[in-house]
Amino acid sequence: MVNALEIKDLKKVYSNDVEALKGIDLEVQKGDFFALLGPNGAGKSTAINIIVDLVTKTSGQIKIFGKDLDQNLEEAKMHIGIVPQEFNFNIFEKVMDIVVQQAGYYGIDKATAKKSAEKYLKQLDLWEKRNEVSRTLSGGQKRRLMIARALVHEPELLILDEPTAGVDIEIRRKMWEFVKNLNQGGRTIILTTHYLEEAENLCRNIAIIDQGQIIENTSMKSFLKNVENELYIFDIKGTIKNLPELRHCNLKMLDETTIEAEVSKDHTLNMLFEHFKKNNVEIVSMRRKTARLEELFMKLVDNNKNGN
Amino acid sequence: MEIREKYVALRTILDKEVTRVLRIWQQTILPSAITMTLYFLIFGAFIGSKIEDMDGFSYISFIVPGIIMMAVITNSYANVSSSFFGIKFQRSVEELLVSPTPNYIIVLGYVLGGMFRGILVGLIVLLISLFFTKATLHSIPLVLVFIFLTSFVFSLAGFLNGMYAKKFDDVAIVPTFVLTPLTYLGGVFYSISLLPPFWKSISLMNPILYMVNGFRYGFLGISDINIWIGLEMLLILGVLLFYLVIRLMKKGTGLKS
Repeated sequence: MVNALEIKDLKKVYSNDVEALKGIDLEVQKGDFFALLGPNGAGKSTAINIIVDLVTKTSGQIKIFGKDLDQNLEEAKMHIGIVPQEFNFNIFEKVMDIVVQQAGYYGIDKATAKKSAEKYLKQLDLWEKRNEVSRTLSGGQKRRLMIARALVHEPELLILDEPTAGVDIEIRRKMWEFVKNLNQGGRTIILTTHYLEEAENLCRNIAIIDQGQIIENTSMKSFLKNVENELYIFDIKGTIKNLPELRHCNLKMLDETTIEAEVSKDHTLNMLFEHFKKNNVEIVSMRRKTARLEELFMKLVDNNKNGN
Repeated sequence: MEIREKYVALRTILDKEVTRVLRIWQQTILPSAITMTLYFLIFGAFIGSKIEDMDGFSYISFIVPGIIMMAVITNSYANVSSSFFGIKFQRSVEELLVSPTPNYIIVLGYVLGGMFRGILVGLIVLLISLFFTKATLHSIPLVLVFIFLTSFVFSLAGFLNGMYAKKFDDVAIVPTFVLTPLTYLGGVFYSISLLPPFWKSISLMNPILYMVNGFRYGFLGISDINIWIGLEMLLILGVLLFYLVIRLMKKGTGLKS
C-alpha cells in the first residue's frame, strides 16, 4: 500500500546557515493518525512547511501518496490540507468567502465549493458566523475556520500544526472529537502539538524530532511501554498528617486529603491498597496523572541534548 | 490541474481582486478621478486656454490621452503592488502557495486585477475629459492595444514590487521616485519636439514617452515618435517581465525561505 507521506534524507539549511533539518526520514501510512513532536525550534514546522511548499528544501525527497513533490507538485498538493500554526487568512474577508475562495484555488467550482463549505462550517459550529468578517471571530473560531478551509477540497492528508494552541479545554475536546471522526472516516492526519496529552489520546504513531533529527519513530503504544513509573492521585476520607513509607512506591502528601503515588510499572496497585488499609486510610477516589508521554518526551530530548 | 480547474482558480483570484477594487472604491477609484479632474481644470481649462494649439489640437485635447495613460499606469501598478504585498503581509498568500494553482495563474490573476482597475480608472478619466473637450478617436484598435499592453506591463511591474517589498514603505518608493517623474517627463503635458536637442535625446530613453505617444496617436493621429517602436517595446517588456516574475515565483523570492 502506498504511504500517505514519505520523506527521504530531507535537509534544510537556511540562508543564515542554520541547519534546521539534518537529513530526516519519515513514513506515514495511509489512514494513520501520526504525531510529530519536538521542542521549539526542533525542525517540525520547517518539515511541515517544506511538505506544503511554503519553504524550499535544500535536498531530499518527499512523496505524497506516491507523488513526488519535485515531479508532480500540483498533483501532490491536491491531496494535502494544512492548518497552520498562525492565522493566515485575510482578516477583512467574510468566513464563507475565505473557505469558498480556498476551494477555488483547487479548481472547485463555486456551487460545489459552497456545499462543501456549508458542510464543514456546520460541523465546526461556524455556520452562524458565515457572513461575519473573520477578524471579529474569537481565537477558537479562527482555529476552526482554518480547519474548515483546510478541508474544503476534501484532502486525503490533513496536517494540523498546533491546531489547539490557545483554545479553551471545552473547544479543544470538541476539536479532538472532530479530528478523530475525520481519521475514522479514512483521512490520514499528521499532528504537531505542545499538548502531549492531545498526542497521547489521539495518535497511533509518533515521531520525535530534535535539533533537526528524528530521535524516535515508533507506535504510541510501544513508546509508552518505556514508561517506568506511573503516577496516581488518591483523594482520601478525613485527613492524615503522615503516611508510612512503602517499598517500590514513592508516596507524597500533596495536602491533608490528597496523596500522590509513583508506582513502578513492575508492581501492582494491590500492595498500595493493602498499605492504605493497614494504615486506616480510606480512599474516596483515584485517578492517573496523565504525564506519561511528557515524562518520556523530556527524557528523550534531554538525552539527545546531552549526546547520550 | 486540468484546464477547467485552472480557469476556476484564475476566476477565483480575479473575482477577489475585482471585488476588492470595487469594495474600497474610495481608495482605488476616487482619488485618481479627483486628481485627473484637477489636471483638466488647471492645465486644460485655466492655463491651457492661454497656450497655443499643439500639432493642430487645442492644449486640453493634446493632454487628455497622456492624462488617461498616467491614470492607467499608476493604478495598474498600485493595485497589484499593494494587493500582493497586502496578502504577503497578512500571510494569506500562503492560501495560494499551498494550493495546486500554478504560478502563472497566480500572476495572471493579479495582473488581470491590476488591468481591470487601470482600465476602469482610465475609462472614468476619459468620461471626465468629455466635460472639458470633445473626444477624437483616430484608431480604436491602437487605443485598445496601447491601453491593454501598458496596463499589462505596469501590473507586472507592480507584482514584482509586491514580491520584493518587505514593508509598506517599499510599495510607495517606486511610484514616488520612479513612476511619477518618468510619467511627468514622458510627454504627458508637452510634445518633445519643443525640447532642446539634448533633453529631447534624454526623453527618448524614457519608455513611458513611447506609451503616451502611441496612445495619443490612437486618439489624435499625432505622435513625436514612431509608434511601432513603442508597440514593440511594450510587447518585449511584457514578455520579459512575465518571464522574470514567473522565474522569481518558482524560486519563491520574497515568499518562501
